[in-house]
Amino acid sequence: MGSRASTLLRDEEIEEIKKETGFSHSQITRLYSRFTSLDKGENGTLRSGGNQCACLLLYLLISKMRILKHMTRINMCLLHREDFQRIPELAINPLGDRIINAFFPEGEDQVNFRGFMRTLAHFRPIEDNEKSKDQNGPEPLNSRSNKLHFAFRLYDLDKDDKISRDELLQVLRMMVGVNISDEQLGSIADRTIQEADQDGDSAISFAEFVKSAARFQKEM
Amino acid sequence: LDYQHVQVPFEITLWIMLASLAKIGFHLYNKLPSVVPESCLLIFVGLIMGGIIYGLNDRSPPVMDSDIFFLYLLPPIVLDAGYFMPSRPFFENIGTILLYAVVGTIWNVFGIGFSLYGICQVKAFRLQDVSLLHNLLFGSLIAAVDPVAVLAVFEEIHVNEKLHILVFGESLLNDAVTVVLYKLFRSFCEMPAIKSVDVFAGVGKFFVVGLGGVLVGLTFGLTAAFTTRFTKDIRVIEPLFVFLYSYLSYLTAEMFHLSGIVAIIACAMGMKRYVEANISLKSHTTVKYFMKMWSSVSDTLIFIFLGVSTIGENHEWNWPYICFTVIFCLIWRALGVLVLTFFVNRFHVNTITSKDQFIIAYGGLRGAICFSLVFLLPDFHRKKLFIAATTVVILFTVFIQGTTIRPLVDLLAVKRKRESAPTVGEQIHIRFLDHLLAGIEDISGHWGQYYWKDKLEYFNSKYLQKILLREYDQPKSSIVLLYEKLERKHAIELAEAGQLGHAPSHPSLLRSGFLCSNKKIVITDKKLEDTLNPDVLENIQEILARNLYRIRRTGPAYNRHTLPGETEPVEHAKEILILRHKSL
Repeated sequence: MGSRASTLLRDEEIEEIKKETGFSHSQITRLYSRFTSLDKGENGTLRSGGNQCACLLLYLLISKMRILKHMTRINMCLLHREDFQRIPELAINPLGDRIINAFFPEGEDQVNFRGFMRTLAHFRPIEDNEKSKDQNGPEPLNSRSNKLHFAFRLYDLDKDDKISRDELLQVLRMMVGVNISDEQLGSIADRTIQEADQDGDSAISFAEFVKSAARFQKEM
Repeated sequence: LDYQHVQVPFEITLWIMLASLAKIGFHLYNKLPSVVPESCLLIFVGLIMGGIIYGLNDRSPPVMDSDIFFLYLLPPIVLDAGYFMPSRPFFENIGTILLYAVVGTIWNVFGIGFSLYGICQVKAFRLQDVSLLHNLLFGSLIAAVDPVAVLAVFEEIHVNEKLHILVFGESLLNDAVTVVLYKLFRSFCEMPAIKSVDVFAGVGKFFVVGLGGVLVGLTFGLTAAFTTRFTKDIRVIEPLFVFLYSYLSYLTAEMFHLSGIVAIIACAMGMKRYVEANISLKSHTTVKYFMKMWSSVSDTLIFIFLGVSTIGENHEWNWPYICFTVIFCLIWRALGVLVLTFFVNRFHVNTITSKDQFIIAYGGLRGAICFSLVFLLPDFHRKKLFIAATTVVILFTVFIQGTTIRPLVDLLAVKRKRESAPTVGEQIHIRFLDHLLAGIEDISGHWGQYYWKDKLEYFNSKYLQKILLREYDQPKSSIVLLYEKLERKHAIELAEAGQLGHAPSHPSLLRSGFLCSNKKIVITDKKLEDTLNPDVLENIQEILARNLYRIRRTGPAYNRHTLPGETEPVEHAKEILILRHKSL
């Protein structure tokens, strides 16, 4: 399926994604394979004919005449929320819903491969040879501060650049077991805000968040 | 008194009874199992028993018959291991495991064989007559790491999942190599002249043995899955099929001179998924419990018999040879692990640290398989020397390495410095980020490394499921599927417990939940300044540490003594599922 996937994904597209996200060629093809396998649908059946035709035309026009038998398995190149929810490990991740929502752009119900890659690019594993690259270029998407920004956006649902007490409570409730009462949770939230808040607005701004997460070394 | 009539079953039952009582005895004194691994204590009991029998009868006590070991005692343990083996980490690391199992074992065999031959050349040791072939034969049986011993010891030292699966997987899969080399050298011993074509035949045989074992196992496994499709009306004998088919696969593989261990593992892994979907819940629990029970009994008996067989006149104590055997076993294993890990780390992102390497090398325990193989050797005049050397190596590895591995692991772990305790906010944010990273990894399929797994899943859903499963439903959202499974099991429980989230009455929740809520944290109307109180802070941190959900699995999922499904991570997973389903 690897070679089939790369014939469906055009070389120019791969180059564009590579430039935008920094993934390598083989990573992109493997992730495309993963993308299409997530979109298997019920029985791997064909999706609506319209999209199939469009893709077919595009394919014929732009690329050379490749073997068309690959087309019998063409998938609609879009993912929906149910496709993500089918991943079993994600089902038992407390933040599963929020992570899934982060993939879908504002108000939309489906995500294509570009969007998929763009979101994943924030977490691209850092290669060894990148660590010594020059600091002058634009900050790569998977830099530490961009990752933290991504996480911040998961906390901050109303997008006011602040984590309010309510938003923190919601997240805490998701992450914590059932035997903590609401009052205890409230006090934990208060404590958190109190520790981090430096400008006295009873909410955590991005800068304060970064400082709190300073200890998070790991793969960042 | 008609003792003759009942002698055989009576004695067997008495031995099993002794083994079980010994186990109770150890656990009555709580501290003991944490200092000394159970296997040591069992061997010790065996030694005492052997001594008693020797004293009473004044002749050697019954040596463990190799047939009994290979046909009755070993299969339950391997079946238990294969059935409960967590398949995701196993297949993720399968390359490394195979490398260690195959190349590592071959390296050890030839290393030990040749160096012992070198020792035999020294005139002072009076070992001239042990030929190179004999040394290689001995090397082939002593080099293999033993799954029973590894399981027994690694259980108690709580290493991370990946390390556990590496050593454990290696100990299981090196059986194929051991079988081939052992039989090869044994047949070479009996042949007058060895041609190079024989050597090549030996190499080819290895592939046959290994792959043949897998094929036999998978065939029986899929047949078992198919059979359980039709057992809807006779639920009572469903568990029997699981055991019958696995045992058959083992025996069939042994009959064809293939690797029985590999066959039974392939059978268990192949049939697990489909059988579990087809059989009833009660049968499922029965299968799990019986497997644990049988493997536990086998395990205990093996170690006791090891102890018993040590006493007696079966040994020729040539100390230089024995000492050098022990030394070479250690050296060659360490070298092998170092060299192989160097290669593995070149190709993998997840490197194996030097601490891990040490544990892998030090955790290469030998056990009952070597012991039985040495008794199966053809009788030649130096056989007793080999028996003595094997016994000493096994006792050394189990006692000394088994007892000291835990303190050494702790010692090495302590070297990683603990920083000052994180603040409450840090704890939360760090856990948040952990969950986020884990989720992204799962979505990306671990950065596309799940290529073959996805292919297999596709094959599975298209063809296999239709044939092997009784009720083949459309794949629903995972949350719904898992939730339905939960619902079936816990509907009554949840109803009795009342609303979830208010008064938890589930035992595990009780223990941790009420305990901390009883710690008089006066929360209700505290003002903001009061939360600066250090006592309250400590309590909050304790609550968080205990209650924050952990990311996926960080400890080994396979445990000898508990059933899967009763561990804490699973409880958490159920809670998360319930919460998310409510919000759907």
